[in-house]
Amino acid sequence: MIEAEEFETVVDTTRPHRLQQLVMLALIALLMLLPLWVYPVLLMKLMCFALFASAFNLLLGYGGLLSFGHAAFFGGSAYVTAHALKVWEVNPEFAIFAGVAAALVLGLIMGLLAVRRQGIYFAMITLALAQMFYFFCLQAPFTHGEDGIQGFSRGRLFGLIDLADSNVLYYVIAVVFVASIFAIRRIVYSPYGMVLQAIRENEQRAVSLGYSVQRYKLGAFVMSAGFAGLAGGLKAILFQFATLTDVNWHMSGEVILMTLLGGIGSIAGPIVGAGLVVTLQNYFATTGFPVTTALGATFIVCVLLFRRGIVGELRHRFAARSKQ
Amino acid sequence: MTMATVSVNATLKSTRAALSARGLSKSFGNFQAVKDVDIDILQGRIHALIGPNGAGKSTVFNLLSKFLQPSAGTIMFGETDITRLAPAHVARLGVARSFQISATFGDMSLVDNVCVALQRPNGLAVQFWRSLASLSRLRPRAMELLARVGLADMADKRAADLSYGRKRALEIATTLALDPRVLLLDEPLAGMGQEDVQTMARLISDVARDCAVLMVEHNIKVVANIGDDITVLQRGEILTQGSYDEVSADPRVREAYMGTEDDE
Repeated sequence: MIEAEEFETVVDTTRPHRLQQLVMLALIALLMLLPLWVYPVLLMKLMCFALFASAFNLLLGYGGLLSFGHAAFFGGSAYVTAHALKVWEVNPEFAIFAGVAAALVLGLIMGLLAVRRQGIYFAMITLALAQMFYFFCLQAPFTHGEDGIQGFSRGRLFGLIDLADSNVLYYVIAVVFVASIFAIRRIVYSPYGMVLQAIRENEQRAVSLGYSVQRYKLGAFVMSAGFAGLAGGLKAILFQFATLTDVNWHMSGEVILMTLLGGIGSIAGPIVGAGLVVTLQNYFATTGFPVTTALGATFIVCVLLFRRGIVGELRHRFAARSKQ
Repeated sequence: MTMATVSVNATLKSTRAALSARGLSKSFGNFQAVKDVDIDILQGRIHALIGPNGAGKSTVFNLLSKFLQPSAGTIMFGETDITRLAPAHVARLGVARSFQISATFGDMSLVDNVCVALQRPNGLAVQFWRSLASLSRLRPRAMELLARVGLADMADKRAADLSYGRKRALEIATTLALDPRVLLLDEPLAGMGQEDVQTMARLISDVARDCAVLMVEHNIKVVANIGDDITVLQRGEILTQGSYDEVSADPRVREAYMGTEDDE
């Protein structure tokens, strides 16, 4: 036991400490209470995007792979979830399951083709494949083209809990969100996560240690696609529609923006980034102000002032101070 | 020269070659970097690959570790033909290599660097659902390996913060974690201070008792001290092979490479 204790403290300085665990509990409590003060639909949307960005960060921040096609998983899963609810009339948990499964399959196919390449080529291949998927969605009959899939009810979770009430849905999404963040954190701080970090830091060295790096990258890609799909499925249930917006390349760009704003390579970063972007969009949507311009300006400011992203910068300053 | 080759060939037949290449060639476009190289790396011996700059040492090294694909020739690891295998596959079989520019995982602690190498052979590489505490059983072995290269007391430092010589030592510890049967070392002593060179040379001799070692090396003194078999390359071809005494007696070797070095 003592040995395990020692191991906890020494192996990795980025590992969560007791204090962080307390902060996390406080945040979860806050998340449960927030709908008392804030409009729950906004919070739910925020959680969907925060999960999407966290999924993306699993690949970029921990796998070192920049995908430009994550909208395919997010939007693809949204379509499948919506279709399952509307046409197959299954329970929402099955609909989400179908959406995630579709995202995993799509992730496997895209991943197999993309992980052989590195850097900008990897990004370009993911973009090209996602665009192919976009055009598929535009043409395929089940997506209803420009109209999208709409006019379905959220259904009853496990056949019991009616999700029509947004307050009920809030807690369902909150539970899934928190569980997913913990799952992602576990992946990052797991034996597999260590290998992934090694590959990111020195790929050739990892090869020389006998790791078939492409398989590990593919694993990260597929898992990231799965969580992105989960986020997309939740969003489809929340807004009761799935449209081309979710598979458009803008969406892939947006998730990159969120993740970079918040800071890659930390669990909190993408959540903060998504929170900021969604809140800004929401705020500017009512003012008639050009949202894209505002986001672009914010992004430029952040890149100039906080290279590491918001969370990365805070962490860096905190670490610098505690060293003194 | 013929004498030298013959005597090496005689040794080859009597001792088991852990890794051997025949007719190894590599061309980049029109440039033939390596021509028809035969080499045998023997169990329990240190084989030094030397030659002037641009002789093709690194290319041969990368061909043997499979980081480069040969244009022609075969590479055998014991009874296994590894000519067409992927580098990670070759590493899994037991052919471990180091790098010329010390390759460590900079953001990880020393002990984690070694642990990463231990993870795969211990079946702890793909478990994305288990916590890091599951790796604690690898720690004693990792500490042993760090102790072997004299780094045990700084096990929890970041690898990036190490001095150059210690990074090289860490790399050896990481490589040894694979329990290699063939150890390929790319200029293990380059850029090291005199004291570190001594320690490292002792370490390499020590390691070679359990496996076959091939090293590309410029430090002729060390090669003379610990090298059992020497292969001299020039312009991508083998100039001569043999013991240090045989090789250094060859006038063409002196001319091509050693003459200047011996003057000091």
